[in-house]
Amino acid sequence: MTDSTPRPKLPAARRRLELLAEKGIELLIRLSGISAIVFVFGIFFFVFREGAPYLPHLDAREFLFGTDWYPSSDPAQYGAGALLVGTLSVTLLAMVVAVPFGLGAAIYVSEFCERRPRETLKIVIELLAAIPSVVWGFIGMSVLGPMIKEVFDVPLGVNMFNAALLLALMSVPIMVSIGEDALKAVPDTYREAALALGATRWQTVFRVLVPAAKNGLLAAVLLGVGRAIGETMAVLMATGHSARIPESIFDPVQTLTATIAAELGEARQGSEHYQVLFLIGVLLFTLTFVVNLTADMVVKGIRRK
Amino acid sequence: MVVPLLFIVVYIVAKGAPALTWEFFTENPRRGGIEGGIWPALVGTVYLILISLCISAPIGVLAAVYIEEYAKENWFTRIVNLAVVNLAGVPSIVHGLFGLGAFVYGMQFGKSILAASLTLAIMTLPVIIASTKEALAAVPRSFREACWNVGATRWQTIWHIVLPNSISGILTGVILQVSRTAGETAPVMLTGVATWAIGGDGLFLYNLREQCMSLSMHLFYIRTQASGAKEELSYAIAATLLGVVLLVNASAIVFRIYLRSRKKW
Repeated sequence: MTDSTPRPKLPAARRRLELLAEKGIELLIRLSGISAIVFVFGIFFFVFREGAPYLPHLDAREFLFGTDWYPSSDPAQYGAGALLVGTLSVTLLAMVVAVPFGLGAAIYVSEFCERRPRETLKIVIELLAAIPSVVWGFIGMSVLGPMIKEVFDVPLGVNMFNAALLLALMSVPIMVSIGEDALKAVPDTYREAALALGATRWQTVFRVLVPAAKNGLLAAVLLGVGRAIGETMAVLMATGHSARIPESIFDPVQTLTATIAAELGEARQGSEHYQVLFLIGVLLFTLTFVVNLTADMVVKGIRRK
Repeated sequence: MVVPLLFIVVYIVAKGAPALTWEFFTENPRRGGIEGGIWPALVGTVYLILISLCISAPIGVLAAVYIEEYAKENWFTRIVNLAVVNLAGVPSIVHGLFGLGAFVYGMQFGKSILAASLTLAIMTLPVIIASTKEALAAVPRSFREACWNVGATRWQTIWHIVLPNSISGILTGVILQVSRTAGETAPVMLTGVATWAIGGDGLFLYNLREQCMSLSMHLFYIRTQASGAKEELSYAIAATLLGVVLLVNASAIVFRIYLRSRKKW
């Protein structure tokens, strides 16, 4: 700024008002800034508060490893082990499908794609990520279910395999976008050095780029896992919803999230069942918190390098 | 990747097409939802979107302003960022539990549009924060320095220079938040959306303390609980929901591409 016209002097009263407004707005901004922290703690606090009265009666071993989930029998049994197994098994199966698919797509988009198709592909992935979970559940029940019944000749189309396929499709977009970022972050000199040594494109990808970007790819997988664990409507509709330990991938399962969604409506406020469902919420919150935190630290680790 | 998306959209729309009539959109459902239209569900969804937007947009934008413009590089800022990431990772059903504990029972709002909108607002906050942050970071530092040099205060700089230059990026975030809100089911079914709430007459069916219907919940209800509903009815509802969400998202994408093409710096 070379132009130095002096600023006209404001009347003192107006200046004070301006200063006050500035202070006020700054306070507001600071408050909003910490709101995310407040909300995260608030979520934990309120969910924990509703479930806490049951804690003294809780047999932690039965809750975590017991497989009898009979909330409405007398005496009621709250063994969430089968639900935990349901969540973990369906997530694991989803990842078996999604990880090769998602990371493969990330490698393709980042290394083998021209600019134009890449932009199109990214848009498609973004749209795929936008499909609401209840629509996925609907697809699982109405489209995928009958197909699975026909193809694999099993009695029930809504089962662990169905839900895992849906979860895989739902978590692929986040894997692709984070995985692509990770591969993009590998300096071009690595690629050039590999090519100069006579490596083929595939050798470059698997011997150089994937090892170099492994933390980012790991974070991508973890975020996919976090999403799959927390997913509710799709698994409520497509798993078959039955609290047993599954024996094959075509058995129905019941997950932690779906249990809350299905049973909270009928549980009276303050009843034992209600409190146990909130404790399941605490368990879910903790699980996803740990997964997301790990993913975040892995990503931060790369940036520092 | 393109195949499943196309397949899903085409299949659902084709199956639902016979039921997609004008009456389907403008009439109340009858006989437990197996006949008639989805009008209250449409209105309820719009209510939820608008009210949660009014809450989360200002807080989200200001929070992003804090992170980008005010916060220093220290441990506290790291925690703020971490909180945003984790807020985005909390499962939607846990948000629902939180809404139930905090708003429905804690603040005594009862199961209502108000409680559901507040829950949705908190849930979608990270979406707005993330896109606003990106938009603010794209404004060159020289713009701010020029403004400070002529004696503007920090807030004046943000209000007159930074925000106008990043408004388009912020709007994209808002649009994405709308699409997210439209499709969410689990948190609102615990906090204020009922399977059956026709409301009053006219355009403003509900007041804030009432329960409402929503498209997402209606789809869940018709597909899993209403017996005797024709197949094409549930496909038609799914097609409507999918249409709304994909159109909103596509418009955000088009908007973004357009803006990128006319960027001046």
